[in-house]
Amino acid sequence: METNMTHTCPQTFTPGDFKNEQSVRWCPGCGDHAILNVLHKAMAELGVAPKDTAVVSGIGCSSRLPYYMNTYGMHTIHGRAAAIATGLKTARPDITVWQVSGDGDGLAIGGNHFIHAVRRNIDINILLFNNKIYGLTKGQYSPTSDRGAVTKSSPYGTTEDPFIPAELVFGARGQFFARSIDIALDTTKEIMVAAARHKGTSVVEVLQNCVIFNNGSHSFLSDKDKRDEHTIHLRAGEKMLFGKNMEKGLVQNGFLLKAVTVGEDGYTIDDVLVHDPHNPSNFLHQQLAMMDGHELPLAIGVIRDVESPSYETAVAQQVEEIKNKKNFSSLRDMIIKTTETWEVK
Amino acid sequence: MSAKSRLIGCDNGKRPKTSIMLPGTNVKTLDRVVVRFSGDSGDGMQLAGNIFSNVNAGEGSQISTFPDYPAEIRAPQGSLSGVSGFQVNVGKGVHTPGDEADVLVAMNPAALKTNLKFLKPGGIIICDVDTFRPADLKKALYATDDPVTELGIDPNRIMLVPMTTLLKNALADSGMDPKAVLKCKNMLALGLICWLFDMPVESVLRKLEKKFAKKPAVYEANAKVVQAGWDYGHNTHSSMPTYRIETDATNPGIYTDVNGNTATAWGLIMASEKSGRPLFLGSYPITPATDILHELAKRKDLGVKACQMEDEIAGVCSAIGASYGGSLAVTSTSGPGLALKSEGIGLAVMAELPLVVIDVQRGGPSTGLPTKTEQTDLMQALYGRNGESPLCVLAACSPTDCFDMAFEASRIALEHMTPVILLTDAFIANGSSAWRIPEASEYPDIKPHYVDQERIANGWKPFDRDENNVRYWAIPGTEGAMHRVGGLEKDIKTSVISTDGRNHEEMVKIRREKVARIANDIPELKVMGQPDADTILVGWGGTYGHLLTATKELNDEGIDIALAQFKYINPLPANALDVLRKYKNIIVAELNTGMFADYLQMHLPGKEILRINKIEGQPFMVREIVDGVKRHINK
Repeated sequence: METNMTHTCPQTFTPGDFKNEQSVRWCPGCGDHAILNVLHKAMAELGVAPKDTAVVSGIGCSSRLPYYMNTYGMHTIHGRAAAIATGLKTARPDITVWQVSGDGDGLAIGGNHFIHAVRRNIDINILLFNNKIYGLTKGQYSPTSDRGAVTKSSPYGTTEDPFIPAELVFGARGQFFARSIDIALDTTKEIMVAAARHKGTSVVEVLQNCVIFNNGSHSFLSDKDKRDEHTIHLRAGEKMLFGKNMEKGLVQNGFLLKAVTVGEDGYTIDDVLVHDPHNPSNFLHQQLAMMDGHELPLAIGVIRDVESPSYETAVAQQVEEIKNKKNFSSLRDMIIKTTETWEVK
Repeated sequence: MSAKSRLIGCDNGKRPKTSIMLPGTNVKTLDRVVVRFSGDSGDGMQLAGNIFSNVNAGEGSQISTFPDYPAEIRAPQGSLSGVSGFQVNVGKGVHTPGDEADVLVAMNPAALKTNLKFLKPGGIIICDVDTFRPADLKKALYATDDPVTELGIDPNRIMLVPMTTLLKNALADSGMDPKAVLKCKNMLALGLICWLFDMPVESVLRKLEKKFAKKPAVYEANAKVVQAGWDYGHNTHSSMPTYRIETDATNPGIYTDVNGNTATAWGLIMASEKSGRPLFLGSYPITPATDILHELAKRKDLGVKACQMEDEIAGVCSAIGASYGGSLAVTSTSGPGLALKSEGIGLAVMAELPLVVIDVQRGGPSTGLPTKTEQTDLMQALYGRNGESPLCVLAACSPTDCFDMAFEASRIALEHMTPVILLTDAFIANGSSAWRIPEASEYPDIKPHYVDQERIANGWKPFDRDENNVRYWAIPGTEGAMHRVGGLEKDIKTSVISTDGRNHEEMVKIRREKVARIANDIPELKVMGQPDADTILVGWGGTYGHLLTATKELNDEGIDIALAQFKYINPLPANALDVLRKYKNIIVAELNTGMFADYLQMHLPGKEILRINKIEGQPFMVREIVDGVKRHINK
């Protein structure tokens, strides 16, 4: 079979090219619907053909997503999407690989694969749908549920602290991290496109609402009247401003960050920090990513985006180099040239 | 009688034409000889053994080697737990590394104590007497200062050689530090063995020259020491007979010495060449399978992508991803790792993706005996997954057969769109034999079961099948064939996910039948030995050499017996059950409590299956099989 490995002429695609006829079976009102629609749009904007795109998922509500795509796709087993996507991308660097996981799939049962994919810097785009709950098994706490969360498996509240996904990403030396909220469609699309264009592992956390088991878990960040005060949209090269009238800003306070009102307490616009997602140091990125919407606004947008050698490219380059250096014509040629042999006549 | 003249073997009294011995020296010829080198893990016994076997192989001998090493990397020097052994069998009609050694080389008192049990009655021992110091004897838990008497060794059977002294004298002027000098002691033993077996020192030097091509000083030192060992034997015992090993006529060609793990890796590469599919390995280090990863990691020079993943699960899962992407995808492991991979393998069963899983069996359960051999993963390979999860199970029967069976596993996976588990074991994985390097043209082309453009144009669905129930492979990048696979059940007609009960039952049967029909695409079972006998000895996988040798010995004794060695476990060869039914007695010999016997019993209800079992972490001894068969027949 001939496979066309080269992208010949630039084609244009519509979101419809990435959709299939399957009826979507998430609960009405689930945040996943919005993310799916945005993904179709982001893929159209990226212009990589459906035949050169693959979506790999694990198990969970969000992991049903590949079935709603007109691309190549795998709906695999719980927690293993990152490992499967790693194999696919390493074998086929020419395919654009997306991974879809929830907070349970990606950070609990799949935590090991998640951190190692990030560490390895394999060029996959991980969409982490974070609803802080297990939906498909009907409402148990997840590794991102807040301490004290009351769920079916924690009827008296959890007695453990959650992961902050960004903190894991930085701990694993991640080079791309972005965050959005399911209802912020334009932001989600913008960061999905940025994630796909980043060479290396990109982690996109989307705070997603589970209407059935954890409704409103992000509402203090997403509700119209609270959004402007509790979130900040970071953009490369722009001042870190937020608030209804962009009157607030983030300034440096020793080694920490502080939210101030510009023009008050002696702070001027010059004191407000400028966002640089490309800074190799993740020191500030980590502080920005750890802001939770309470004392400091939750950061959305591309928080870190730093170039670094990607795994599959390094593997392919090494294969080429060694192949050319050794220049064996076949297995037999290699064996004869590298092992101790004798001839029987 | 002198020590060496007691060496047993087929002494035909002929003097070889090309003896290098001085005129008047008594040289005897042996059909085959087993030498066991033993010492501390760091004593270089394997290198000495390998050179000895390769020199003989170069002369046309058949060879079989087997390392027996402890789980500790460097146990305390001189301790009983730190002893490792390396056994080689060279000569004519060699199918195993030999039950017991004709010659035992023991580098210290601990090695002498732990390896004496591997010596043939009447065999001889070469031992470094310089190591019989109080401290060494204490470490090896001797009660007296005389190991020879304490162990009840006939003093005529042991050559007590002052190896350390000889070594120091030989390298006195070399300027090497004492540590580096001691590292050459294995070469002194090798020099002695060369003398004993009438091998010219030059043949050994040629091997050393190659090995140390980039370190001329190391070569010089080792060469001196080999010569010193040879001279010692020659000068001290020149009036005694030495031995020459008989060679065997083999197929013409270029040969190399290969162990089972390397042969497995190469077989996969051959399959990649013959299928046109790039080779991907996802693996995680585990004894005794790691050498497959090592070899394939080196083979970037042949385009192989070998990835060391974060765990066993990621090993199999990355391979599944690569398989979906169009690779010949492989994961390699041993028993505990296979357990971890079960869920992933189930996904490959359900998604019907080609996948090769290599399980180099070791002693279990749990961590068990990690460096020792067993055949105890058979049931795990056949049934160790949730749900109705049939797949193809193969077993390799010798180090060199690992090449063919790795090729065969790949062929079946790619042509039948199924995971295949290939069972090897620590014995054949670490053991080695001489192997004729094949031409690619000796192997068939592998034809992966691709979907073609015409089928795509006619409304292809991902789980459409051919007459053998095999679905078609559509590789990402193919226009018009975008599709999703996964672990959920699919509708038989539309390939869309389905929870319908009747549909599920149909699909279960289809997947089972797909694997069953592989029987039409594998060789029939061949019966060896005396096919018309009443009794058939049955084995599977890595016990072949021992069962074959036992069958020959029994036949030579006038006991009629046939032999069948299974390499295809699921499905069984199409004729297998008919063949077995003809025999009055079926005796299954295996290194477990009877897994294959139980499996055959399931297929042969009403037929009594007799058993010979061993679960000691060691391969069979030929004698154990011979005795076992006699016991069953004489009942």
